[in-house]
Amino acid sequence: MIPLGAVLLVSAVLFLMGAVGVLIRRSALVIFMSIELMLNAANLAFVGTSRHLGSIDGQVFAFFVMTVAAAEAAVGLAIIIALFRRRKTTDVDQVSFLKW
Amino acid sequence: MSAREMLFYADAIVAVMTAAMVILHRNPVVCALSLVLHLCSMAVFFLLLDASFLFAVQIILYAGAIMVLFLFVVMLLDPGGEGVAGRIGKVQLGATLAAAVLLLAGVARLLPGLAGAGAPEGAVLPPGFGQAGDLGRELFTDYLLPFEIASILLLVAMIGALYMGRKETS
Amino acid sequence: MLDLLWLLPVLPLAGFVLVGLLGSRMPKGAVSAIACGTVLLAFLLSLGCFAGLVSLPEHERVHRNDLGEWIGPLQVSWSFTLDPLSGVMILIVTGVGLLIHIYSIGYMGEEPGYWRYFAYLNLFMAMMLTLVLGSSLPLLFIGWEGVGLCSYLLIGFFYDKTDCADAGRKAFIVNRIGDASFILGMLLAWSAFGGTFDIAEILQRAPDVALSSPGTVIAIAMLLFGGACGKSAQIPLYIWLPDAMAGPTPVSALIHAATMVTAGVYMVVRMSPLYVLAPGALATVAIIGAATALVAATIAMAQDDIKKVLAYSTISQLGYMFMAAGAGAFGAAIFHLTTHAFFKALLFLGSGAVIHALRGEQDMQKMGGLKRHLPRTFWCFAAGWVAIAGVPLTSGFFSKDEILYRAYLQAPGLWVAGIAGALMTAIYMTRLMGLTFFGRSRVPEQQAHHLHEPPATMMLALAVLAVLSIAGGWIGMPASWFGPSPFELWLHPVLAGPESVMAVEHASGETILMIVSSLVALAGIGLGYYIWVVKPDLPAKIALSLGGVYRAVKGKLYVDEAYDDLVVQPYYALSRLMGRFDTWAVDGLVNGAGAALETSGHVLKLFHSGFVRNYALFYLVGAAAIVWFLVGR
Repeated sequence: MIPLGAVLLVSAVLFLMGAVGVLIRRSALVIFMSIELMLNAANLAFVGTSRHLGSIDGQVFAFFVMTVAAAEAAVGLAIIIALFRRRKTTDVDQVSFLKW
Repeated sequence: MSAREMLFYADAIVAVMTAAMVILHRNPVVCALSLVLHLCSMAVFFLLLDASFLFAVQIILYAGAIMVLFLFVVMLLDPGGEGVAGRIGKVQLGATLAAAVLLLAGVARLLPGLAGAGAPEGAVLPPGFGQAGDLGRELFTDYLLPFEIASILLLVAMIGALYMGRKETS
Repeated sequence: MLDLLWLLPVLPLAGFVLVGLLGSRMPKGAVSAIACGTVLLAFLLSLGCFAGLVSLPEHERVHRNDLGEWIGPLQVSWSFTLDPLSGVMILIVTGVGLLIHIYSIGYMGEEPGYWRYFAYLNLFMAMMLTLVLGSSLPLLFIGWEGVGLCSYLLIGFFYDKTDCADAGRKAFIVNRIGDASFILGMLLAWSAFGGTFDIAEILQRAPDVALSSPGTVIAIAMLLFGGACGKSAQIPLYIWLPDAMAGPTPVSALIHAATMVTAGVYMVVRMSPLYVLAPGALATVAIIGAATALVAATIAMAQDDIKKVLAYSTISQLGYMFMAAGAGAFGAAIFHLTTHAFFKALLFLGSGAVIHALRGEQDMQKMGGLKRHLPRTFWCFAAGWVAIAGVPLTSGFFSKDEILYRAYLQAPGLWVAGIAGALMTAIYMTRLMGLTFFGRSRVPEQQAHHLHEPPATMMLALAVLAVLSIAGGWIGMPASWFGPSPFELWLHPVLAGPESVMAVEHASGETILMIVSSLVALAGIGLGYYIWVVKPDLPAKIALSLGGVYRAVKGKLYVDEAYDDLVVQPYYALSRLMGRFDTWAVDGLVNGAGAALETSGHVLKLFHSGFVRNYALFYLVGAAAIVWFLVGR
């Protein structure tokens, strides 16, 4: 059987890779993709734990996470398109309007 | 080591490599396609972990719908590559990596405590665990309310996306 | 009637409130009516209470009027005590006060702020009565401070004149020094006498405390006397009184001659059982009194301002009162206080009439020959003159003589100082009369036209006081003539000291001394008359030949200048130093806090870079922190 520790470790590594990706890329689209990475890593943790405990609740939760990810992707991409229309760029460094 | 385990580790390597491609490659299209591969590897994970319904949903929904949407937008906006090296502050990079390492170390310390829960070899699973019927039964009984709210959420997201994406009438 | 004792301070206080709040909108007549009315009522009430006291048997003449608690934990209550001593005082205060209120109607009639003057004057009456009637030291002290406040307000009545305002301030500050001493004495008394402020209780416990710790009793007596030095203008705190002459003349008459300045004497006499147990303190009182009497009389001889002469004269006469108290003759001190109230008030009011007639001129070198133009003023003034000089059978003669005799019994040195002072008193007062009323007129033309006698309101006070100056002493005639005088008998139960052994040694010794002092008085008058009237060129020649001595005396022995150099300027320097400290340290601290906040704000705002990625980094750092926190648990 697959040890829970291994599953969780893989999940943690993937999550952090996604986090690093958010922080070091300038393109809004790639940042978004990194966020999807993070969400999936969380899903992996849920499913792994659910398998280990024999409880279906983890998978239900992962299901809902996917739902929310879909909704979020739709809205987020719409925002990126709207921003692109305004500023003609997806570079997040160019949109630092909340500067002091 | 059983077959499942070996497959698991192989799949883990694929997942990590495709994730690295996503976050490091210059060209956003390549990033998107890498993400598709990554999602497929995640689906395999689910299959290996007795979540067959989720395996299917992952492929259909995530890799099939969401990534298509992504690719649409990437093609539409045609942002061009910019990559990691372009004008990223060394401080930012350093701080990021430091924070990530810190977090990882913390999680790693937590793991032994977590892994001790439940039976060491994993619980004995009831038949039909993780399949469509099993999941469906949970969704429509215990988790009915979140289910309904999730559908409203999708409605709201739809409206929001429509609004945000409309043509601007000046 | 005696139960209405509490009304005595309350009536003028009500007058103060009424006139103070509404006076500016009242016609002058109403103000006068209310202000004088309250004092008149107080005077009648005083007579009534006095009569009530007389009707009581001799050793029970104490009436206490308790109105309730004031400071609970310290057991201080609003209670007034009437006994023979305070009985005499309330009559003087309300009687002379009433005359001066009426006089003020005429004198201050043209002044703006008329209502303000009478409001303050009424407040003064209330405070003085509280001082005299208070049963406990704190209540006495309220009156003490209150009269000091009114003195300040009234000296600086013409507040737009700098020297008036300065004089008021000087009076208040110097008094404050004395008050600090008084407070210390009061607190020491509280702790030494077992936690009480009540005067009767303190005096009762005094003998026991004196046995166990005589040093404490002496300390208390000295500290209280320190307050008296301030209030009653003795060395070293007399410097405010001459400057206080900047205030209106009726104020000088009432406050700085008849009543407020006598508060110190009253206090010492009231606490006489205590002072008798502190021989060192008593000796100090006597010596300071004698020294003050002498020094002030000296300075008075060379002053040109008529009110300044009278001011130094007052200081000198107060010195006599303290000399008497210090010699154990407390009754004599009060007797002189009474007669002095009569003739000094008269002299001041008379000078007020002169100044009024001359439209504000106070320099005697510009007066002269006024006897012809102001005859009635002159005759009233003369009554005061002979009284203060000690011409036989006047009130001043009897009271001063009593003091000189008792001083002689205590220590002949005191008598010598006293008789020297008496000689100088006669001389300088005659000088004053000579320069003002006799001889050739030196009055400038434009003022000579307007010379007129004072109006009836002013003449009334002058006349009454003139009669009292002559006849007021007949209640205190020496025991060697007719046995113990009514005055002595009246006060005897309340005072301590050898007085209680009545009519003891009033033998032939007293008569001899009386003859000596009469001769001295007449000699002084004669000398004064000769120098300043018969030979008007002589003073200048004397002044020239005395040179530096004369200049020093005329310059008030440079005491004010010495105080300025030794005390005031160093204090200002210290204040400036403190000011720099305040700006540098305190302001620096406050401003520094503000600057620190500003800087931290500048630093913190850098976090708001607008870069999303920075914000996300902080998220990550926070997440790591939380994980490590969980790990730690």
